[in-house]
Amino acid sequence: MAKYKYHILICGGTGCRASESDQIHKQFDIILEEKSLEEDIQVIQTGCFGFCEKGPIVKIMPDNTFYTQVKPSDCLEIIEEHIIKGRSVNRLLYEDPETKKHVEDSKHMGFYKKQLRVALRNCGFINPEDINEYLANDGYLALANVLEQKNPMAVIETLKKSGLRGRGGGGFPTGLKWEFAAKNKGDQKYVVCNADEGDPGAFMDRSILEGDPHTVIEAMVINGYAIGSTMGLVYIRAEYPLAIQRLKIALDQALEYGFLGDDILGSGFNFNIDIRYGAGAFVCGEETALIHSMEGNRGEPTFKPPFPAESGYKGQPTNVNNVETYANIPVILNKGWEWFSSIGTEKSKGTKVFALAGKVNNVGLIEVPMGTTLREIIFEIGGGIKDGKEFKAVQTGGPSGGCLTQKHLDTPIDYDNLLASGSMMGSGGMIVMDEDDCMVAIAKFYLEFTVEESCGKCSPCRIGNMRLFEILEKICAGNGTREDLDQLRNLGNVIKDASLCGLGQTSPNPVLSTIDNFWDEYVAHVDDKKCPAGVCRDLKRYEIVPEACVGCTVCARNCPVNCIEGERKQVHFIQQDLCIKCGACYDKCKFNAIIIK
Amino acid sequence: MSHVKIVLKTEQVDEIKAICKAFHNDEGELINVLHKVQTFFGYLPAEVQEVIAHELRMSVAKVFGVVTFYSFFTMKPKGRFPISVCMGTACYVRGAEKVLDEFKRHLKIKVGESTPDGKFSLSSLRCVGACGLAPVVMVGEKVYGRVSSEDVKKIVAEYND
Ligand SMILES: Cc1cc2nc3c(=O)[nH]c(=O)nc-3n(C[C@H](O)[C@H](O)[C@H](O)COP(=O)(O)O)c2cc1C
Ligand code: SF4
Ligand code: SF4
Ligand code: SF4
Ligand code: FES
Repeated sequence: MAKYKYHILICGGTGCRASESDQIHKQFDIILEEKSLEEDIQVIQTGCFGFCEKGPIVKIMPDNTFYTQVKPSDCLEIIEEHIIKGRSVNRLLYEDPETKKHVEDSKHMGFYKKQLRVALRNCGFINPEDINEYLANDGYLALANVLEQKNPMAVIETLKKSGLRGRGGGGFPTGLKWEFAAKNKGDQKYVVCNADEGDPGAFMDRSILEGDPHTVIEAMVINGYAIGSTMGLVYIRAEYPLAIQRLKIALDQALEYGFLGDDILGSGFNFNIDIRYGAGAFVCGEETALIHSMEGNRGEPTFKPPFPAESGYKGQPTNVNNVETYANIPVILNKGWEWFSSIGTEKSKGTKVFALAGKVNNVGLIEVPMGTTLREIIFEIGGGIKDGKEFKAVQTGGPSGGCLTQKHLDTPIDYDNLLASGSMMGSGGMIVMDEDDCMVAIAKFYLEFTVEESCGKCSPCRIGNMRLFEILEKICAGNGTREDLDQLRNLGNVIKDASLCGLGQTSPNPVLSTIDNFWDEYVAHVDDKKCPAGVCRDLKRYEIVPEACVGCTVCARNCPVNCIEGERKQVHFIQQDLCIKCGACYDKCKFNAIIIK
Repeated sequence: MSHVKIVLKTEQVDEIKAICKAFHNDEGELINVLHKVQTFFGYLPAEVQEVIAHELRMSVAKVFGVVTFYSFFTMKPKGRFPISVCMGTACYVRGAEKVLDEFKRHLKIKVGESTPDGKFSLSSLRCVGACGLAPVVMVGEKVYGRVSSEDVKKIVAEYND
């Protein structure tokens, strides 16, 4: 990178691309050419910086200046002011919400201060479409060393000692998994990368593949060498076109440079990687279902044992790991297991990537050491709750996880603590909720997801979850009883115990954890027929407070069914029998004259 | 399967056959074949599934079983401007349901349906990975971020010439 004076890094992740980061790239190219600056300044489109909330992001190196919400029309000013005159463009800098000061260097942003980037080390720094940039950052060094040392068992030993556990949900020790696969005999073993990422609201794996695809390729080749396999498969969601495109480019480059294919780096070891596409079924993230799907079948899970390490793809020993798990491996081998195991808690080593989303100020992709507390994540990195509202809950682990509350804010998060709190690590989705969210409705939302995604193979999951969902619907509609609450608990526990695969075994978690933590809210729905958060439509009633209404007519003009009456400058009122409870009037009234009862 | 019978043109049948052949008419490649055919044909009606089953030498029932299992595959044609509202968790907690309701009301169709003129179809999907922009709506390939129910009219109007 040395020959350029400045590097302009533009985020090319899905989020920022959706807000025209492509156009910004083009605009910079045009301006640099006009000003004949192409020789001195390089424009690079990188993977996600993580700070999606304020995208599109443009970063100027080596100054480390971090511009947010950049528009194509800002490019000229950035070049003229920053690049030519050396003054940063203040209005585009991130403003610290507390001090109201502009932050010049991204290292001082609250969002980055507590983060430690291991799996995401290259995301937002290198151009994912250029293998040379990966190489310049120790890329393929671990692979070269492994092939030179010719000791597959030593690789597995290192991973075992590092304490790395699977990042796809289960948290199984990776070294141990590789050891099983290495010991099992087969004609053609397989290495599979699970990039299905079905948890809605999570985008860790996608960002890694978009921002640093080579690290996953490198780790898969190492995986192949360690367990004696020559064939790798990446199972990726078809909904991730950008990740697929970057992965394909990276595979071609790796092949061309001799890190893939026959006789890798002259070692005599052969390894190839193929891509398989998912087709929108959450259960296909489960490893046995994933394998059936890769074989061209319906993605239904099967009972374990046999584990994939014994009999997986085409009946052969198969090692399945998650994208983020893989992204950790080259660094562990380069920096040593001692380094890795010095990060984190006793039983959970290293870092974890989370997709922080929902009602938090800084939505984005973050990576923190295991053992960081929810408070640090939500209030320091996440910058607190949006619009000054009250924190209510956070869901970790997606549809398989549970809701954690105020009382869990100071628990250091790792696999075991989350499990003990009634949730789970899952793949890393983290959805923050505030006082306006109804926990019964949230539980219903997750159950609706489960019902849709259950493969239907076993009845506790297929029928049981449907029943849970129906009961929740009944409660939200104001027809619930106390018996229904008992029923939710009993049925939930039966489903957990009796289901065949991980989907059913965890699906009642959102219900059980919200009942445990928000009992009063359930009771309010059932006994008082009230939704305290004002979400459940059938329990809502919009009313205009006569004292507060100034008769501005805004509500009446915005009501889609014209059910608000009143003359200009006169108190308005709502015809309750016609109101469809859309909330438009409530959102529009500037005088807080409309209340939800 | 579907109510309206359609008749495939010879070129279309040839194209489907060519796609199957590109995957060596291998039964194990069924999902890849379906992806390719759907990209080419837009959807996977029964008649198309029959051709695929014949080429890969497998039962139509098995092809049908796979098509209906995966939500990415559709047996109904989409509108010229397919509208998808993200109903992933991040979008849901930021009000995606209201946006979806407004689309339903405005276009007078349900999720999974198309307008009678075939112009718009409405679907919900799970997380396009732009959660920072929640709630997110896609029209074709174009992504709209931070959509509120009031924006719905404007978005639809962009496609009404
Ligand atoms: C319903 C269900 C969905 C899953 N979805 C995913 C997923 O999207 N991505 C993933 O890596 N693992 C997922 N898993 C976990 C996989 O079964 C498997 O444990 C994992 O890919 C192993 O990799 P790891 O050890 O590196 O975590 C899911 C499990 C279940 C039960
Ligand atoms: S638990 Fe649910 S998803 Fe898993 S096999 Fe049974 S029905 Fe299918
Ligand atoms: S918008 Fe508020 S103040 Fe204006 S008429 Fe309606 S209720 Fe009254
Ligand atoms: S909630 Fe909607 S339908 Fe009811 S009065 Fe307000 S704007 Fe009209
Ligand atoms: S939940 Fe809608 S984009 Fe992620």
